[in-house]
Amino acid sequence: MSVDIATVKKIASLARIAITEEDAARLAPELDNIMGWIEQLGEVDTADVAPMTAVIPNHLRLREDVVTDGNVRDLVLANAPQAEHGFFTVPKVIE
Amino acid sequence: MTDLTDLGVAAIRDGVRAGGFSARDVAEAFIARVSAAKPLNAFLVETPDHALAAADATDAARAAGDTPKPLAGVPIGMKDLFCTKGVPATAASLILDGFTPTYESTVSGKLFAAGAGMLGKLNMDQFAMGSSNETSAFGNVISPWKRNDGGNAALTPGGSSGGSAAAVSARLCPGATGTDTGGSIRQPAAFTGIAGIKPTYGRCSRWGVVAFASSLDQAGPMARDVRDCAIMLEAMTGFDPKDATSLDLPVPAWEAGLSADLRGKTIGIPREYRVEGMPPEIDALWQQGIAWMKDAGAEVIEVSLPHTRYALPAYYIIAPAEASSNLARYDGVRYGLRDLPEGANLQEMYAATRAAGFGDEVKRRIMIGTYVLSAGFYDAYFTQASKVRTLIARDFERAFEQCDYLLTPTAPSAAFALGEKQADPIAMYLNDVFTVPASLAGLPAMSVPGGLDAQGLPLGLQIIGRPLDEQGVLNAGLAIEQRAGFVARPEAWW
Repeated sequence: MSVDIATVKKIASLARIAITEEDAARLAPELDNIMGWIEQLGEVDTADVAPMTAVIPNHLRLREDVVTDGNVRDLVLANAPQAEHGFFTVPKVIE
Repeated sequence: MTDLTDLGVAAIRDGVRAGGFSARDVAEAFIARVSAAKPLNAFLVETPDHALAAADATDAARAAGDTPKPLAGVPIGMKDLFCTKGVPATAASLILDGFTPTYESTVSGKLFAAGAGMLGKLNMDQFAMGSSNETSAFGNVISPWKRNDGGNAALTPGGSSGGSAAAVSARLCPGATGTDTGGSIRQPAAFTGIAGIKPTYGRCSRWGVVAFASSLDQAGPMARDVRDCAIMLEAMTGFDPKDATSLDLPVPAWEAGLSADLRGKTIGIPREYRVEGMPPEIDALWQQGIAWMKDAGAEVIEVSLPHTRYALPAYYIIAPAEASSNLARYDGVRYGLRDLPEGANLQEMYAATRAAGFGDEVKRRIMIGTYVLSAGFYDAYFTQASKVRTLIARDFERAFEQCDYLLTPTAPSAAFALGEKQADPIAMYLNDVFTVPASLAGLPAMSVPGGLDAQGLPLGLQIIGRPLDEQGVLNAGLAIEQRAGFVARPEAWW
Protein backbone atom coordinates (compact mmCIF):
# COMPACT_ATOMS: atom_id res chain seq x y z
CA MET A 1 0.00 0.00 0.00
CA SER A 2 1.51 3.29 -0.97
CA VAL A 3 0.41 6.82 -0.26
CA ASP A 4 0.39 8.87 -3.46
CA ILE A 5 -0.46 12.50 -4.12
CA ALA A 6 -4.11 11.74 -4.88
CA THR A 7 -4.44 9.87 -1.58
CA VAL A 8 -2.86 12.75 0.33
CA LYS A 9 -5.36 15.17 -1.21
CA LYS A 10 -8.23 12.88 -0.28
CA ILE A 11 -7.02 12.51 3.34
CA ALA A 12 -6.48 16.26 3.64
CA SER A 13 -10.00 16.85 2.40
CA LEU A 14 -11.42 14.34 4.89
CA ALA A 15 -9.39 16.00 7.66
CA ARG A 16 -10.56 19.48 6.58
CA ILE A 17 -7.04 20.79 6.09
CA ALA A 18 -6.40 22.95 3.03
CA ILE A 19 -3.20 21.92 1.24
CA THR A 20 -1.41 23.21 -1.82
CA GLU A 21 -0.02 21.09 -4.68
CA GLU A 22 3.45 21.55 -3.19
CA ASP A 23 2.22 20.40 0.25
CA ALA A 24 0.70 17.29 -1.31
CA ALA A 25 3.89 16.51 -3.24
CA ARG A 26 5.99 16.91 -0.09
CA LEU A 27 3.61 14.95 2.17
CA ALA A 28 3.12 11.95 -0.12
CA PRO A 29 6.60 10.41 0.29
CA GLU A 30 6.69 11.43 3.95
CA LEU A 31 3.41 9.74 4.84
CA ASP A 32 4.26 6.81 2.58
CA ASN A 33 7.48 6.31 4.52
CA ILE A 34 5.70 6.42 7.87
CA MET A 35 2.93 4.08 6.71
CA GLY A 36 5.57 1.71 5.31
CA TRP A 37 7.21 1.57 8.73
CA ILE A 38 3.84 0.94 10.40
CA GLU A 39 3.08 -1.95 8.00
CA GLN A 40 5.24 -4.28 10.14
CA LEU A 41 2.28 -4.62 12.52
CA GLY A 42 0.74 -6.94 9.94
CA GLU A 43 3.35 -9.57 10.94
CA VAL A 44 1.79 -10.05 14.37
CA ASP A 45 -0.59 -13.00 14.71
CA THR A 46 -3.68 -11.55 16.35
CA ALA A 47 -6.15 -14.25 15.29
CA ASP A 48 -7.49 -14.92 18.79
CA VAL A 49 -6.81 -11.53 20.33
CA ALA A 50 -9.48 -9.01 21.26
CA PRO A 51 -8.73 -5.36 20.54
CA MET A 52 -8.05 -3.34 23.68
CA THR A 53 -10.95 -1.11 24.61
CA ALA A 54 -9.98 -0.03 28.15
CA VAL A 55 -6.40 0.17 29.28
CA ILE A 56 -7.24 -0.11 33.00
CA PRO A 57 -10.32 -2.14 34.00
CA ASN A 58 -12.86 0.43 35.13
CA HIS A 59 -16.62 0.30 35.26
CA LEU A 60 -18.57 2.94 33.38
CA ARG A 61 -20.45 4.98 35.91
CA LEU A 62 -24.01 6.19 35.72
CA ARG A 63 -24.98 9.46 37.29
CA GLU A 64 -28.27 10.97 38.33
CA ASP A 65 -30.21 12.29 35.36
CA VAL A 66 -30.20 15.87 36.58
CA VAL A 67 -28.83 19.16 35.32
CA THR A 68 -25.45 19.86 36.96
CA ASP A 69 -24.28 22.65 34.72
CA GLY A 70 -25.68 25.30 32.45
CA ASN A 71 -26.81 28.92 32.32
CA VAL A 72 -23.31 29.89 31.20
CA ARG A 73 -24.10 31.04 27.66
CA ASP A 74 -21.86 34.06 27.82
CA LEU A 75 -18.95 32.00 29.13
CA VAL A 76 -19.44 29.48 26.33
CA LEU A 77 -19.42 32.25 23.75
CA ALA A 78 -16.59 34.21 25.39
CA ASN A 79 -13.89 32.68 23.20
CA ALA A 80 -15.80 32.56 19.92
CA PRO A 81 -14.00 34.23 17.01
CA GLN A 82 -17.40 35.67 16.10
CA ALA A 83 -20.62 35.61 18.12
CA GLU A 84 -23.80 37.62 17.63
CA HIS A 85 -27.10 37.78 19.50
CA GLY A 86 -26.05 34.94 21.78
CA PHE A 87 -25.06 32.58 18.97
CA PHE A 88 -21.90 31.36 17.27
CA THR A 89 -21.86 32.75 13.76
CA VAL A 90 -20.52 31.11 10.62
CA PRO A 91 -20.49 32.02 6.92
CA LYS A 92 -23.84 31.62 5.21
CA VAL A 93 -24.51 27.91 4.48
CA ILE A 94 -27.84 28.26 2.62
CA GLU A 95 -27.99 30.20 -0.59
CA MET B 1 21.00 33.32 53.40
CA THR B 2 20.56 30.42 51.00
CA ASP B 3 19.29 31.11 47.52
CA LEU B 4 15.66 30.09 47.80
CA THR B 5 15.60 28.95 44.17
CA ASP B 6 18.05 26.19 45.12
CA LEU B 7 15.31 24.57 47.20
CA GLY B 8 12.96 21.86 46.02
CA VAL B 9 9.27 21.34 46.78
CA ALA B 10 9.72 19.60 50.16
CA ALA B 11 12.37 22.06 51.38
CA ILE B 12 10.21 25.05 50.47
CA ARG B 13 7.10 23.55 52.04
CA ASP B 14 8.98 22.69 55.24
CA GLY B 15 10.82 26.00 55.40
CA VAL B 16 7.65 28.04 54.99
CA ARG B 17 5.90 25.94 57.63
CA ALA B 18 8.77 26.37 60.07
CA GLY B 19 8.90 30.10 59.41
CA GLY B 20 12.47 30.09 58.10
CA PHE B 21 11.32 32.28 55.23
CA SER B 22 8.03 33.59 53.92
CA ALA B 23 6.12 32.26 50.95
CA ARG B 24 6.37 35.73 49.46
CA ASP B 25 10.19 35.58 49.61
CA VAL B 26 10.08 32.27 47.75
CA ALA B 27 7.67 33.52 45.10
CA GLU B 28 9.69 36.69 44.51
CA ALA B 29 12.94 34.73 44.16
CA PHE B 30 11.47 32.40 41.52
CA ILE B 31 9.66 35.22 39.69
CA ALA B 32 12.96 37.06 39.30
CA ARG B 33 14.66 33.92 38.06
CA VAL B 34 11.90 33.22 35.54
CA SER B 35 12.04 36.71 34.13
CA ALA B 36 15.83 36.51 33.79
CA ALA B 37 15.68 33.24 31.84
CA LYS B 38 14.08 34.39 28.59
CA PRO B 39 16.76 32.79 26.36
CA LEU B 40 15.54 29.33 27.42
CA ASN B 41 12.07 30.14 26.04
CA ALA B 42 10.58 27.85 28.66
CA PHE B 43 7.64 30.05 29.60
CA LEU B 44 4.93 31.14 27.15
CA VAL B 45 3.13 33.29 29.71
CA GLU B 46 4.43 34.52 33.05
CA THR B 47 1.88 34.87 35.84
CA PRO B 48 3.75 36.53 38.73
CA ASP B 49 0.52 37.89 40.20
CA HIS B 50 -0.87 34.39 40.57
CA ALA B 51 2.25 33.19 42.37
CA LEU B 52 2.31 36.24 44.64
CA ALA B 53 -1.39 35.98 45.54
CA ALA B 54 -0.97 32.31 46.51
CA ALA B 55 2.14 33.20 48.52
CA ASP B 56 0.38 36.00 50.37
CA ALA B 57 -2.54 33.70 51.15
CA THR B 58 -0.06 31.19 52.57
CA ASP B 59 1.68 33.80 54.71
CA ALA B 60 -1.65 35.17 55.97
CA ALA B 61 -2.88 31.65 56.82
CA ARG B 62 0.31 30.95 58.73
CA ALA B 63 0.01 34.23 60.67
CA ALA B 64 -3.56 33.26 61.55
CA GLY B 65 -2.40 29.86 62.79
CA ASP B 66 -4.31 27.84 60.16
CA THR B 67 -3.30 24.26 59.38
CA PRO B 68 -0.82 24.49 56.49
CA LYS B 69 -1.92 23.19 53.11
CA PRO B 70 0.16 20.42 51.45
CA LEU B 71 1.81 22.72 48.89
CA ALA B 72 1.55 26.01 50.77
CA GLY B 73 4.30 28.36 49.65
CA VAL B 74 5.36 26.30 46.62
CA PRO B 75 5.28 28.14 43.27
CA ILE B 76 5.05 25.83 40.28
CA GLY B 77 5.15 25.92 36.49
CA MET B 78 2.13 24.73 34.48
CA LYS B 79 2.48 22.99 31.13
CA ASP B 80 0.40 24.98 28.65
CA LEU B 81 -1.76 21.93 28.00
CA PHE B 82 -3.68 22.63 31.25
CA CYS B 83 -6.49 25.15 31.11
CA THR B 84 -6.23 27.63 33.95
CA LYS B 85 -9.04 30.11 34.39
CA GLY B 86 -8.35 33.57 32.99
CA VAL B 87 -4.87 32.77 31.61
CA PRO B 88 -4.38 32.18 27.87
CA ALA B 89 -3.93 28.51 26.93
CA THR B 90 -2.41 27.61 23.56
CA ALA B 91 -1.05 24.04 23.70
CA ALA B 92 1.79 25.81 21.84
CA SER B 93 -0.41 26.03 18.73
CA LEU B 94 -1.59 29.00 16.71
CA ILE B 95 -4.99 27.40 16.38
CA LEU B 96 -5.77 28.33 19.99
CA ASP B 97 -4.81 31.93 19.34
CA GLY B 98 -6.82 34.19 21.60
CA PHE B 99 -8.26 31.39 23.73
CA THR B 100 -8.58 32.20 27.43
CA PRO B 101 -10.24 29.40 29.41
CA THR B 102 -13.26 30.39 31.48
CA TYR B 103 -12.76 27.30 33.65
CA GLU B 104 -10.06 25.52 35.63
CA SER B 105 -8.67 22.07 34.79
CA THR B 106 -9.20 19.58 37.61
CA VAL B 107 -5.46 19.00 38.10
CA SER B 108 -4.48 22.68 38.21
CA GLY B 109 -7.47 23.36 40.47
CA LYS B 110 -6.30 20.65 42.87
CA LEU B 111 -2.76 22.05 42.92
CA PHE B 112 -4.03 25.55 43.67
CA ALA B 113 -6.41 24.23 46.34
CA ALA B 114 -3.36 22.57 47.91
CA GLY B 115 -1.77 26.01 48.22
CA ALA B 116 0.51 26.08 45.16
CA GLY B 117 0.89 29.28 43.15
CA MET B 118 1.58 29.45 39.41
CA LEU B 119 4.65 31.14 37.96
CA GLY B 120 3.44 30.77 34.39
CA LYS B 121 2.46 28.54 31.50
CA LEU B 122 5.22 26.40 30.05
CA ASN B 123 6.19 25.92 26.42
CA MET B 124 5.86 22.45 24.92
CA ASP B 125 5.62 20.54 21.68
CA GLN B 126 2.51 21.64 19.83
CA PHE B 127 -0.47 19.64 21.18
CA ALA B 128 2.16 17.51 22.98
CA MET B 129 3.15 15.99 19.63
CA GLY B 130 6.91 15.77 19.59
CA SER B 131 9.94 14.51 21.46
CA SER B 132 12.22 17.53 21.22
CA ASN B 133 10.08 20.63 21.78
CA GLU B 134 10.72 21.68 18.18
CA THR B 135 7.07 21.61 17.15
CA SER B 136 5.96 24.55 19.33
CA ALA B 137 4.50 27.44 17.36
CA PHE B 138 6.34 29.76 19.73
CA GLY B 139 9.90 28.58 19.20
CA ASN B 140 12.08 25.82 20.58
CA VAL B 141 12.72 25.49 24.27
CA ILE B 142 16.50 25.49 24.75
CA SER B 143 17.90 23.05 27.27
CA PRO B 144 19.88 24.71 30.07
CA TRP B 145 22.43 21.90 29.61
CA LYS B 146 25.44 22.18 27.29
CA ARG B 147 27.85 19.53 26.08
CA ASN B 148 31.27 19.75 27.73
CA ASP B 149 33.06 19.67 24.36
CA GLY B 150 33.59 23.41 24.32
CA GLY B 151 31.00 23.74 21.54
CA ASN B 152 27.93 25.80 22.05
CA ALA B 153 25.33 23.62 20.37
CA ALA B 154 21.80 24.34 21.58
CA LEU B 155 20.36 21.09 22.88
CA THR B 156 16.81 19.83 23.13
CA PRO B 157 15.26 19.59 26.59
CA GLY B 158 13.21 16.67 25.21
CA GLY B 159 9.50 16.71 24.69
CA SER B 160 6.75 17.14 24.76
CA SER B 161 7.01 18.57 28.30
CA GLY B 162 10.21 20.40 27.32
CA GLY B 163 9.37 23.71 28.95
CA SER B 164 8.59 21.91 32.21
CA ALA B 165 11.88 20.00 32.09
CA ALA B 166 13.99 23.04 31.21
CA ALA B 167 12.32 25.17 33.88
CA VAL B 168 12.81 22.65 36.68
CA SER B 169 16.41 21.82 35.77
CA ALA B 170 17.32 25.51 35.40
CA ARG B 171 15.78 26.15 38.86
CA LEU B 172 13.10 28.46 37.45
CA CYS B 173 10.54 26.52 39.48
CA PRO B 174 10.87 23.73 42.04
CA GLY B 175 8.30 21.58 40.26
CA ALA B 176 6.07 21.63 37.22
CA THR B 177 3.17 19.74 35.72
CA GLY B 178 3.76 17.58 32.70
CA THR B 179 1.66 15.26 30.61
CA ASP B 180 2.72 11.94 29.15
CA THR B 181 1.11 10.27 26.15
CA GLY B 182 4.05 8.18 24.96
CA GLY B 183 6.91 9.40 27.15
CA SER B 184 6.41 13.16 27.33
CA ILE B 185 7.18 13.36 31.07
CA ARG B 186 9.87 10.69 31.31
CA GLN B 187 12.04 11.46 28.25
CA PRO B 188 12.42 15.21 28.96
CA ALA B 189 13.06 14.43 32.64
CA ALA B 190 15.87 12.09 31.57
CA PHE B 191 17.33 14.66 29.14
CA THR B 192 17.51 17.37 31.80
CA GLY B 193 18.57 15.44 34.91
CA ILE B 194 15.32 15.64 36.85
CA ALA B 195 12.65 13.20 38.06
CA GLY B 196 9.20 12.72 36.61
CA ILE B 197 6.41 10.21 37.06
CA LYS B 198 3.50 9.22 34.86
CA PRO B 199 0.93 7.59 37.15
CA THR B 200 -1.44 4.78 36.23
CA TYR B 201 -3.89 5.81 33.51
CA GLY B 202 -6.94 7.28 35.25
CA ARG B 203 -5.18 8.54 38.40
CA CYS B 204 -5.11 12.19 37.26
CA SER B 205 -8.23 13.68 35.75
CA ARG B 206 -7.98 14.66 32.09
CA TRP B 207 -10.73 17.26 32.50
CA GLY B 208 -9.56 20.66 31.30
CA VAL B 209 -6.37 19.26 29.77
CA VAL B 210 -6.15 19.85 26.01
CA ALA B 211 -6.64 16.37 24.53
CA PHE B 212 -4.09 14.61 22.32
CA ALA B 213 -4.79 10.85 22.53
CA SER B 214 -7.37 10.26 25.22
CA SER B 215 -6.67 6.58 25.93
CA LEU B 216 -3.01 7.43 26.62
CA ASP B 217 -2.89 10.99 28.02
CA GLN B 218 -1.92 11.18 31.70
CA ALA B 219 -0.76 14.13 33.76
CA GLY B 220 2.08 13.86 36.26
CA PRO B 221 4.66 15.90 38.13
CA MET B 222 8.22 16.80 37.13
CA ALA B 223 10.54 17.88 39.93
CA ARG B 224 14.08 17.67 41.19
CA ASP B 225 13.74 14.45 43.16
CA VAL B 226 11.50 11.52 43.99
CA ARG B 227 10.09 12.98 47.21
CA ASP B 228 9.07 16.18 45.44
CA CYS B 229 7.32 14.12 42.76
CA ALA B 230 5.46 12.14 45.45
CA ILE B 231 4.27 15.34 47.14
CA MET B 232 3.03 16.88 43.91
CA LEU B 233 1.44 13.66 42.66
CA GLU B 234 -0.62 13.40 45.86
CA ALA B 235 -1.99 16.87 45.21
CA MET B 236 -2.73 16.19 41.51
CA THR B 237 -4.43 12.80 41.85
CA GLY B 238 -7.98 11.89 42.76
CA PHE B 239 -11.38 10.88 41.45
CA ASP B 240 -13.14 13.32 39.18
CA PRO B 241 -16.71 12.62 38.01
CA LYS B 242 -16.07 14.93 35.03
CA ASP B 243 -13.60 12.44 33.48
CA ALA B 244 -15.27 9.15 32.45
CA THR B 245 -11.96 7.26 32.81
CA SER B 246 -11.06 8.73 36.20
CA LEU B 247 -10.35 6.02 38.77
CA ASP B 248 -12.64 6.16 41.80
CA LEU B 249 -9.95 5.30 44.33
CA PRO B 250 -8.55 6.99 47.42
CA VAL B 251 -5.25 8.86 46.99
CA PRO B 252 -2.44 6.96 48.73
CA ALA B 253 -0.06 8.78 51.07
CA TRP B 254 2.86 8.34 48.70
CA GLU B 255 5.28 10.65 50.47
CA ALA B 256 4.72 9.01 53.85
CA GLY B 257 5.14 5.60 52.21
CA LEU B 258 8.55 6.32 50.67
CA SER B 259 11.14 3.65 51.44
CA ALA B 260 14.33 2.81 49.59
CA ASP B 261 14.48 -0.65 51.12
CA LEU B 262 13.90 -3.10 48.28
CA ARG B 263 14.48 -6.33 50.23
CA GLY B 264 12.01 -8.98 49.11
CA LYS B 265 11.39 -7.21 45.79
CA THR B 266 12.23 -8.60 42.38
CA ILE B 267 13.34 -6.38 39.53
CA GLY B 268 12.79 -7.56 35.97
CA ILE B 269 15.19 -6.61 33.18
CA PRO B 270 13.34 -6.91 29.84
CA ARG B 271 15.72 -8.45 27.34
CA GLU B 272 13.94 -6.91 24.34
CA TYR B 273 14.93 -3.42 25.53
CA ARG B 274 18.53 -4.16 24.62
CA VAL B 275 18.05 -2.53 21.23
CA GLU B 276 20.46 -2.54 18.35
CA GLY B 277 22.74 0.45 18.20
CA MET B 278 22.20 1.45 21.82
CA PRO B 279 25.13 3.62 22.92
CA PRO B 280 27.49 1.77 25.31
CA GLU B 281 27.05 4.50 27.90
CA ILE B 282 23.31 3.84 28.09
CA ASP B 283 23.98 0.15 28.58
CA ALA B 284 26.64 0.91 31.20
CA LEU B 285 24.17 3.05 33.16
CA TRP B 286 21.59 0.28 32.91
CA GLN B 287 24.12 -2.21 34.37
CA GLN B 288 24.90 0.31 37.10
CA GLY B 289 21.18 0.58 37.84
CA ILE B 290 20.99 -3.20 38.18
CA ALA B 291 23.85 -3.08 40.70
CA TRP B 292 22.06 -0.33 42.65
CA MET B 293 18.87 -2.41 42.78
CA LYS B 294 20.82 -5.37 44.17
CA ASP B 295 22.52 -3.08 46.67
CA ALA B 296 19.07 -1.95 47.83
CA GLY B 297 18.21 -5.58 48.56
CA ALA B 298 16.28 -6.53 45.43
CA GLU B 299 16.66 -9.70 43.42
CA VAL B 300 17.24 -9.06 39.72
CA ILE B 301 15.99 -11.39 36.99
CA GLU B 302 15.72 -11.26 33.21
CA VAL B 303 12.20 -11.16 31.79
CA SER B 304 10.75 -11.11 28.29
CA LEU B 305 8.29 -8.65 26.74
CA PRO B 306 8.08 -10.29 23.30
CA HIS B 307 5.93 -7.68 21.53
CA THR B 308 8.11 -4.69 22.46
CA ARG B 309 9.22 -4.00 18.90
CA TYR B 310 5.62 -3.54 17.80
CA ALA B 311 4.82 -0.94 20.45
CA LEU B 312 6.01 2.08 18.46
CA PRO B 313 4.17 1.25 15.23
CA ALA B 314 1.01 0.45 17.24
CA TYR B 315 1.38 3.75 19.06
CA TYR B 316 1.76 5.63 15.77
CA ILE B 317 -1.60 4.28 14.67
CA ILE B 318 -3.52 4.63 17.93
CA ALA B 319 -2.27 8.07 19.01
CA PRO B 320 -2.77 9.78 15.61
CA ALA B 321 -6.18 8.10 15.22
CA GLU B 322 -7.33 9.49 18.54
CA ALA B 323 -5.72 12.84 17.75
CA SER B 324 -7.47 13.14 14.40
CA SER B 325 -10.76 12.67 16.21
CA ASN B 326 -9.95 14.92 19.19
CA LEU B 327 -8.58 17.73 17.07
CA ALA B 328 -11.67 17.82 14.86
CA ARG B 329 -13.03 20.32 17.40
CA TYR B 330 -10.73 23.07 16.08
CA ASP B 331 -13.05 24.45 13.46
CA GLY B 332 -12.77 28.21 13.79
CA VAL B 333 -16.28 28.44 15.21
CA ARG B 334 -16.21 28.07 18.98
CA TYR B 335 -12.76 29.23 20.08
CA GLY B 336 -9.33 30.07 18.82
CA LEU B 337 -8.26 31.01 15.33
CA ARG B 338 -10.63 31.64 12.43
CA ASP B 339 -9.32 32.07 8.89
CA LEU B 340 -12.11 33.17 6.58
CA PRO B 341 -10.79 33.88 3.11
CA GLU B 342 -12.82 36.35 1.04
CA GLY B 343 -15.95 34.62 -0.23
CA ALA B 344 -15.21 31.31 1.50
CA ASN B 345 -18.03 28.99 2.52
CA LEU B 346 -18.19 27.05 5.78
CA GLN B 347 -16.19 24.04 4.57
CA GLU B 348 -13.53 26.30 3.10
CA MET B 349 -13.37 28.20 6.37
CA TYR B 350 -12.74 24.96 8.29
CA ALA B 351 -9.97 23.92 5.92
CA ALA B 352 -8.33 27.35 5.81
CA THR B 353 -8.48 27.72 9.60
CA ARG B 354 -6.93 24.32 10.20
CA ALA B 355 -4.26 24.85 7.54
CA ALA B 356 -3.25 28.16 9.12
CA GLY B 357 -3.52 27.05 12.74
CA PHE B 358 -1.90 23.60 12.93
CA GLY B 359 1.85 23.08 12.67
CA ASP B 360 3.45 20.54 10.32
CA GLU B 361 3.77 17.70 12.84
CA VAL B 362 0.18 18.14 14.02
CA LYS B 363 -1.07 18.06 10.42
CA ARG B 364 1.07 14.98 9.75
CA ARG B 365 -0.46 13.13 12.70
CA ILE B 366 -4.03 14.22 11.95
CA MET B 367 -3.56 12.97 8.40
CA ILE B 368 -2.07 9.63 9.51
CA GLY B 369 -4.97 9.27 11.92
CA THR B 370 -7.54 10.15 9.28
CA TYR B 371 -5.94 7.67 6.90
CA VAL B 372 -5.89 4.72 9.33
CA LEU B 373 -9.51 5.36 10.32
CA SER B 374 -10.79 5.82 6.79
CA ALA B 375 -13.14 3.40 5.09
CA GLY B 376 -11.37 0.21 4.00
CA PHE B 377 -8.32 0.70 6.24
CA TYR B 378 -9.86 0.73 9.71
CA ASP B 379 -9.52 -3.01 10.41
CA ALA B 380 -6.10 -3.40 8.84
CA TYR B 381 -4.65 -0.54 10.85
CA PHE B 382 -6.68 0.60 13.84
CA THR B 383 -8.18 -2.76 14.86
CA GLN B 384 -4.86 -4.54 14.34
CA ALA B 385 -3.04 -1.91 16.43
CA SER B 386 -5.64 -2.26 19.19
CA LYS B 387 -5.10 -6.03 19.18
CA VAL B 388 -1.33 -5.58 19.35
CA ARG B 389 -1.94 -3.22 22.26
CA THR B 390 -3.72 -6.08 24.06
CA LEU B 391 -0.67 -8.28 23.45
CA ILE B 392 1.69 -5.62 24.77
CA ALA B 393 -0.37 -5.24 27.95
CA ARG B 394 -0.43 -9.04 28.29
CA ASP B 395 3.38 -9.14 28.02
CA PHE B 396 3.58 -6.81 31.02
CA GLU B 397 1.01 -8.84 32.99
CA ARG B 398 3.06 -11.99 32.47
CA ALA B 399 6.31 -10.24 33.40
CA PHE B 400 4.70 -8.95 36.59
CA GLU B 401 3.90 -12.54 37.59
CA GLN B 402 7.67 -12.95 37.99
CA CYS B 403 8.80 -9.52 39.18
CA ASP B 404 7.59 -6.38 40.97
CA TYR B 405 9.12 -3.67 38.79
CA LEU B 406 10.93 -3.34 35.50
CA LEU B 407 14.15 -1.37 35.15
CA THR B 408 15.14 0.08 31.76
CA PRO B 409 16.91 3.11 30.35
CA THR B 410 14.45 6.00 29.84
CA ALA B 411 15.69 6.99 26.38
CA PRO B 412 18.08 5.42 23.85
CA SER B 413 20.39 8.46 23.90
CA ALA B 414 21.26 11.62 25.80
CA ALA B 415 19.78 14.95 24.66
CA PHE B 416 20.51 15.68 21.00
CA ALA B 417 21.10 19.00 19.33
CA LEU B 418 18.11 21.00 18.12
CA GLY B 419 17.60 20.38 14.41
CA GLU B 420 19.52 17.10 14.46
CA LYS B 421 16.52 14.76 14.00
CA GLN B 422 13.94 17.08 12.52
CA ALA B 423 14.29 15.92 8.95
CA ASP B 424 13.32 12.33 9.75
CA PRO B 425 10.03 11.82 11.60
CA ILE B 426 10.70 8.12 12.22
CA ALA B 427 14.13 8.78 13.79
CA MET B 428 12.35 11.20 16.11
CA TYR B 429 9.62 8.68 16.93
CA LEU B 430 12.27 6.08 17.85
CA ASN B 431 13.31 8.26 20.76
CA ASP B 432 10.26 7.00 22.64
CA VAL B 433 11.09 3.32 22.14
CA PHE B 434 11.47 2.62 25.89
CA THR B 435 8.61 4.80 27.14
CA VAL B 436 5.77 4.00 24.73
CA PRO B 437 5.12 0.37 25.79
CA ALA B 438 4.21 1.33 29.39
CA SER B 439 1.95 4.09 28.03
CA LEU B 440 0.09 1.61 25.82
CA ALA B 441 -0.45 -0.58 28.89
CA GLY B 442 -1.48 2.35 31.12
CA LEU B 443 1.22 1.51 33.70
CA PRO B 444 2.85 3.84 36.21
CA ALA B 445 6.42 4.66 35.20
CA MET B 446 9.03 7.16 36.24
CA SER B 447 12.41 8.45 35.18
CA VAL B 448 15.12 9.34 37.68
CA PRO B 449 18.56 10.75 36.87
CA GLY B 450 21.26 8.08 36.91
CA GLY B 451 24.40 9.93 35.89
CA LEU B 452 26.16 11.91 33.17
CA ASP B 453 27.53 10.67 29.88
CA ALA B 454 31.02 11.47 28.58
CA GLN B 455 29.70 14.74 27.15
CA GLY B 456 28.45 15.80 30.56
CA LEU B 457 24.78 15.27 29.73
CA PRO B 458 22.24 13.61 32.05
CA LEU B 459 20.96 10.09 31.48
CA GLY B 460 17.87 8.65 33.11
CA LEU B 461 16.71 5.26 34.31
CA GLN B 462 13.08 4.21 34.02
CA ILE B 463 11.09 2.13 36.52
CA ILE B 464 7.80 0.62 35.37
CA GLY B 465 5.36 -0.83 37.90
CA ARG B 466 2.12 -2.75 38.13
CA PRO B 467 -1.14 -0.85 37.69
CA LEU B 468 -1.77 1.41 40.73
CA ASP B 469 1.65 0.67 42.26
CA GLU B 470 3.00 4.21 42.10
CA GLN B 471 4.37 3.62 45.61
CA GLY B 472 6.58 0.80 44.39
CA VAL B 473 7.74 2.84 41.42
CA LEU B 474 8.58 5.81 43.65
CA ASN B 475 10.40 3.57 46.12
CA ALA B 476 12.53 1.92 43.46
CA GLY B 477 13.22 5.41 42.09
CA LEU B 478 14.28 6.53 45.54
CA ALA B 479 16.66 3.57 45.86
CA ILE B 480 18.32 4.61 42.59
CA GLU B 481 18.36 8.29 43.55
CA GLN B 482 20.08 7.60 46.87
CA ARG B 483 22.77 5.53 45.20
CA ALA B 484 23.28 7.68 42.12
CA GLY B 485 23.86 10.78 44.25
CA PHE B 486 23.06 12.90 41.21
CA VAL B 487 23.93 16.52 42.03
CA ALA B 488 25.02 17.82 38.63
CA ARG B 489 23.18 20.92 37.44
CA PRO B 490 23.51 23.08 34.37
CA GLU B 491 25.73 26.09 34.69
CA ALA B 492 23.72 29.27 34.14
CA TRP B 493 24.62 30.74 30.70
CA TRP B 494 21.25 32.32 29.95
